[in-house]
Amino acid sequence: MNIHEYQAKDLYRQYGIPTTKGYAAFTVDEAVEGAKKLPGPVWVVKSQIHAGGRGKGTFKEAAAGTAGGVRLAKSIDEVKMFAKQMLGNTLVTIQTGDAGRVVKRLYVEDGSAIARELYLSALVDRATSRIAFIVSTEGGMDIEKVAHDTPQKIHTFSIDPASGYFPYHGRKIAFALGLTGAQVNQCVAMVGNIYKMFVDKDMSLLEINPLVVTKDGNLICLDGKMDFDGNALFRHKDIVELRDLEEEDPAEVEASKYDLNYIKLDGQIGCMVNGAGLAMASMDIIKLYGMEPANFLDVGGGATKEKVAAAFKIILSDKNVKGILVNIFGGIMRCDIIAEGVVAAARDMAIKVPLVVRLEGTNVDLGKKILSESGLKIVPADNLADAAKKITDEVRKLG
Amino acid sequence: MAILVDRTTKVICQGFTGSQGLFHSKAAKAYGTQLVGGVTPGKGGTKVADPELAMVPIYDSVAEAKAMTGATASSIYVPPPFAADAILEAIDAEIPLIICITEGIPVMDMVRVKRALAGSWSRLIGPNCPGVLTPNQCKIGIMPGNIFKAGNVGIVSRSGTLTYEAVKQTSDAGLGQSTAVGIGGDPVKGTEFIDVLEMFLADPETHSIIMIGEIGGAAEEDAAEFIKREAAKGRKKPMAGFIAGVTAPPGRRMGHAGAIISGGKGGAEDKLEAMRSAGIAIADSPASLGTTLAKVLAR
Repeated sequence: MNIHEYQAKDLYRQYGIPTTKGYAAFTVDEAVEGAKKLPGPVWVVKSQIHAGGRGKGTFKEAAAGTAGGVRLAKSIDEVKMFAKQMLGNTLVTIQTGDAGRVVKRLYVEDGSAIARELYLSALVDRATSRIAFIVSTEGGMDIEKVAHDTPQKIHTFSIDPASGYFPYHGRKIAFALGLTGAQVNQCVAMVGNIYKMFVDKDMSLLEINPLVVTKDGNLICLDGKMDFDGNALFRHKDIVELRDLEEEDPAEVEASKYDLNYIKLDGQIGCMVNGAGLAMASMDIIKLYGMEPANFLDVGGGATKEKVAAAFKIILSDKNVKGILVNIFGGIMRCDIIAEGVVAAARDMAIKVPLVVRLEGTNVDLGKKILSESGLKIVPADNLADAAKKITDEVRKLG
Repeated sequence: MAILVDRTTKVICQGFTGSQGLFHSKAAKAYGTQLVGGVTPGKGGTKVADPELAMVPIYDSVAEAKAMTGATASSIYVPPPFAADAILEAIDAEIPLIICITEGIPVMDMVRVKRALAGSWSRLIGPNCPGVLTPNQCKIGIMPGNIFKAGNVGIVSRSGTLTYEAVKQTSDAGLGQSTAVGIGGDPVKGTEFIDVLEMFLADPETHSIIMIGEIGGAAEEDAAEFIKREAAKGRKKPMAGFIAGVTAPPGRRMGHAGAIISGGKGGAEDKLEAMRSAGIAIADSPASLGTTLAKVLAR
């Protein structure tokens, strides 16, 4: 789960991590009010969307002006003008796709006099099974490009969970970032607090780009991209409240209500599969048979009739879907339950597109019996290749 | 022989009295697994109503269950918020083999569990995995037993349901399996490909190997490197492989917490390339895992 920059900065403050002073704004008036509470003489007005590359992005609407999604204002009037231009308009960045995102929230903050821009991120590193910090002196840039062109400028440090964070970890990071004097101790304290926040809140990724050294020599986290472990949200009610559903695909939001893993793609064949690996493999084999999958959908291990019906609804909400492939290899998932769900949903929703169902595994015979006795036009398949062939053939027949 | 589990393995089940624990314990017992006890704190000394499981003694703790039964393995079906606690209790009780089926454990919990495993007496398989099965001998986890056939193919996979595909296809091809191991789809897990491949290479009952990976991380590349190194020493078995997620777009997490292409890493092409260069025959379709291996063996 992602959150907005202004929410991330509230979390920084809770943990004593240095950041800029600023206010979130949903309206032009709120932006002006926020700016008035800040000393000036420069303010930064930042679009709040869940995508990176905001500064270099462009707005679709001419009324938003030609500048990007992050603008430097030299007066309160300018704050007002920028807020008017950005709110309600559509920002396109390298991460949003061509559709872009409508800006509904702004963050108005103190302008900082920047001496150096650095990079710091933290993540759960699967190679070491530890929390790792990745730092670079090349902040403010596309870090993947830095890693590719100049790998020697990327430094990685991991922290043993048995010992937890110690000051030497912070000193190593400070030296790698070329910090000196009082900045070293600032860095030691800051990284310690970041580690504590990361663990406390079950983050899966924190990216601070840039982390800056100001002209008066202080470290400040100027940005914050945070991602939280979805499996741990049950113990973080405060984080769940920060979720902005408007930033997510409506079908994916609907799917998450039923604990379904759904990701919309661009093809014609809707897929309902149990297990993430088999779901990916089903997408792959559809492509192998010359068509494209319309989605990734894993019904998971504990699917009920209601879940299966919801899955059908979500698949069919995509107007590109010309046929549906149900592929279930029951282990924890019982074929009879899936079959009942498929029959109930197909009946209730009067599914008009071709439906190919492949069942295998626990209680498979019972499942097949339920399908064949339903009297519905369901095309049975014997194995994965047969299923892929049948659904692509059926859809081709439609033209 | 086979690996990890056989007919001598004595299994307890943590989370025994929950619906998943009961359902799959019953299936395991029916398969012939030596199910010697269940653990549910607070229910020690009681019995479950199901007549097929009523003889299975229930204990309050793993340590007690181990002392009373001589258990050598534990299967865990405890819900995600309490699963790390269950694994740590099994490590503390020095259970040699811990198999955690639970899906959805917070990764931070697994970071701690992984650290606790280092230097312990236990091996953990999973979490978020289908378990381990040695045909006609022992089934721990949720794999459907009816698709297995005793034979000589070792199967190791990050994906549960793709494990079943490989099993079914090798059964249909008349090959059968020595042991199938699902290592699980989480980014932080107890056992990696390399650990299982080492066991398969050392096992005389395993004559060939199928390895099924997916996008995300670098475990498949590491495994390919390992296979290459061992082959150079003359340790080599015919292998077929598959990677799920060739069509997955970057930056989107495909269900498994571990299945994501990020920072230009973890894509299918790199993995396939690494596996090919290690001499692993790649199945171009998930439906041709069995036939691909059969072709390698016919050479």
